[in-house]
Amino acid sequence: MTVIAWIVEGTWPACVDAAREHVPEGADITLLHVTGHDVPGAAHGAYAGLLGRGHRDRDPGTRLEHLGAASARQLLRAAAEHLGRPCTQSERSGRIEREVVAAAEGADLLILARDGDRTHLGPKSLGPGSRFVVDHAPCPVLLVWPEAAPGLAGIPPPPPDPPPHR
Amino acid sequence: MPVRGCLILNTSLAEALSVVLLSAVLACAVVRPWGRSEAVVALPAAAVVIGTGAISLEHARAEAERLGPVIGFLAAVLVLAQLCDDEGLFRACGVWMARTATGRPRRLLVQVFAVASAITAVLSLDATVVLLTPVVFATAARLGTRPKPHVYACTHLSNTASLLLPVSNLTNLLAFAASGLGFTRFVALMTLPWLVAITVEYMVFRRFFATDLDAGAQAPPAAEAPELPAFVLVVVACTLAGFVLTSALGMNPAWAALAGAAVLAGRALAQGRTTPTAIVRAASVPFLAFVLALGIVVRAVVDNGLADVLGHLVPAGTALPALLAVAALAAVLANVINNLPAVLVLLPLTAPAGPGAVLAVLLGVNIGPNLTYAGSLATLLWRRIVREHDTDVDIKEFTRLGLLTVPAALVGAVTALWVSLLALGG
Repeated sequence: MTVIAWIVEGTWPACVDAAREHVPEGADITLLHVTGHDVPGAAHGAYAGLLGRGHRDRDPGTRLEHLGAASARQLLRAAAEHLGRPCTQSERSGRIEREVVAAAEGADLLILARDGDRTHLGPKSLGPGSRFVVDHAPCPVLLVWPEAAPGLAGIPPPPPDPPPHR
Repeated sequence: MPVRGCLILNTSLAEALSVVLLSAVLACAVVRPWGRSEAVVALPAAAVVIGTGAISLEHARAEAERLGPVIGFLAAVLVLAQLCDDEGLFRACGVWMARTATGRPRRLLVQVFAVASAITAVLSLDATVVLLTPVVFATAARLGTRPKPHVYACTHLSNTASLLLPVSNLTNLLAFAASGLGFTRFVALMTLPWLVAITVEYMVFRRFFATDLDAGAQAPPAAEAPELPAFVLVVVACTLAGFVLTSALGMNPAWAALAGAAVLAGRALAQGRTTPTAIVRAASVPFLAFVLALGIVVRAVVDNGLADVLGHLVPAGTALPALLAVAALAAVLANVINNLPAVLVLLPLTAPAGPGAVLAVLLGVNIGPNLTYAGSLATLLWRRIVREHDTDVDIKEFTRLGLLTVPAALVGAVTALWVSLLALGG
């Protein structure tokens, strides 16, 4: 059994906990982190806006790329320690949600956490990135709450019955 | 009617030559064909416009005399910012933010807004883009929170928060010289627009990045205690006081910046923590030469006909609609070309209308660049850089954020400027 746990800043402990709880011993667990290009890209853009500054070695985007790679390795190490089982650490970069879907191809399970508005049950509890992954995942998905799920009371009342046909 | 000193060329030829040279200077700033400084093309271009008489010697000298103190001021601030970094000011900001925002990404955003606004205002936008942004990224990573809202805040605030002081942005230094305003008056008129623009950015960021900010932060609290670089803070505070004092005495506030940079440089040199070469490198001499040369080439373009064309487009007066129109025109130009040539073009056209119009230009060229990189010179440069780094950037999200922030911040800031002008007198 091949299981992929998508490790994202902020919500990853819930995914690792889910892997410990629901994935049978002996399964191949891959901890996957994807670094987006958008954050270093924005820094490259800001530096590009400073016309005439020359020195390409001062471009903060390049430093952000290095810092991002280091921080991803650190995050995966922390997640692997938290898991406490043999696992593979996989780091990818690119458009985050698309990379996750691509990595999940051929897997038996993808574990991810909700990352939207977590005060209510409902569609807004998925952010745009995780919504894309859930909608396009080519394998079974285990979708977990990063903390205890909110109560049923938050569900809005059902819409009123349609008027009876005459 | 500008005096035209075309000894060799008639006006239309001179204008054509100036426009071609300006295009070449800007194109080379983007393409950088030989990987050299942008000044390598800009300086010969300035020599050609002077040599062919496309700009009179008298005008070229006037432009150089106007830009000289601005460039000195700029060099002092660049050195000051670099020395502040060497002394650990930015690192200390990072440690402070990490300690007080553990587990709370929304609190971190507030702190990033406060720090980036202050750093941009006092040490210029270059300091925020080059020196603060990596620190903010590292801080977000240390806290285990998603870095995107915080890094985007730095990029946006490097523009939006650069309204407050003449030193905050090269565009401000140019406008400050053209407006005839004193340092304290400039600050008094720009405080309200600065606060309004930052507030608008903050309101939009909180909603736009709600998902990332609500994702939480898992890293344990940092054990590192912040080491306050007290000497640097005192020097920066004294430099700020020096701006006010020199201005009150009728001196150029560049002297205060120079004094601040000299104190920090002297101490760092005496303690062997920097070298004269590093200080000269921080002053970024090729960039200073580029600014001077670009100023002369733009002046040639303006003198030979652009003034007549754009003169009709620039509304006169300091009524709110006129200020809004000037700011909008400046924002459009800043997006189409870049804010540096945009401000050089617009200043001579708006300076006669008084400081209100000049400050409206500043609001446009400083807030405008956040709108979109699409179609602008900076986009081309940006795309070239990210291609070099073998990455693929989706500019849709960045542009959507710009569309949400810029029009609102611009209208708010211009209205605040109008109120300030009414309250304090233009």
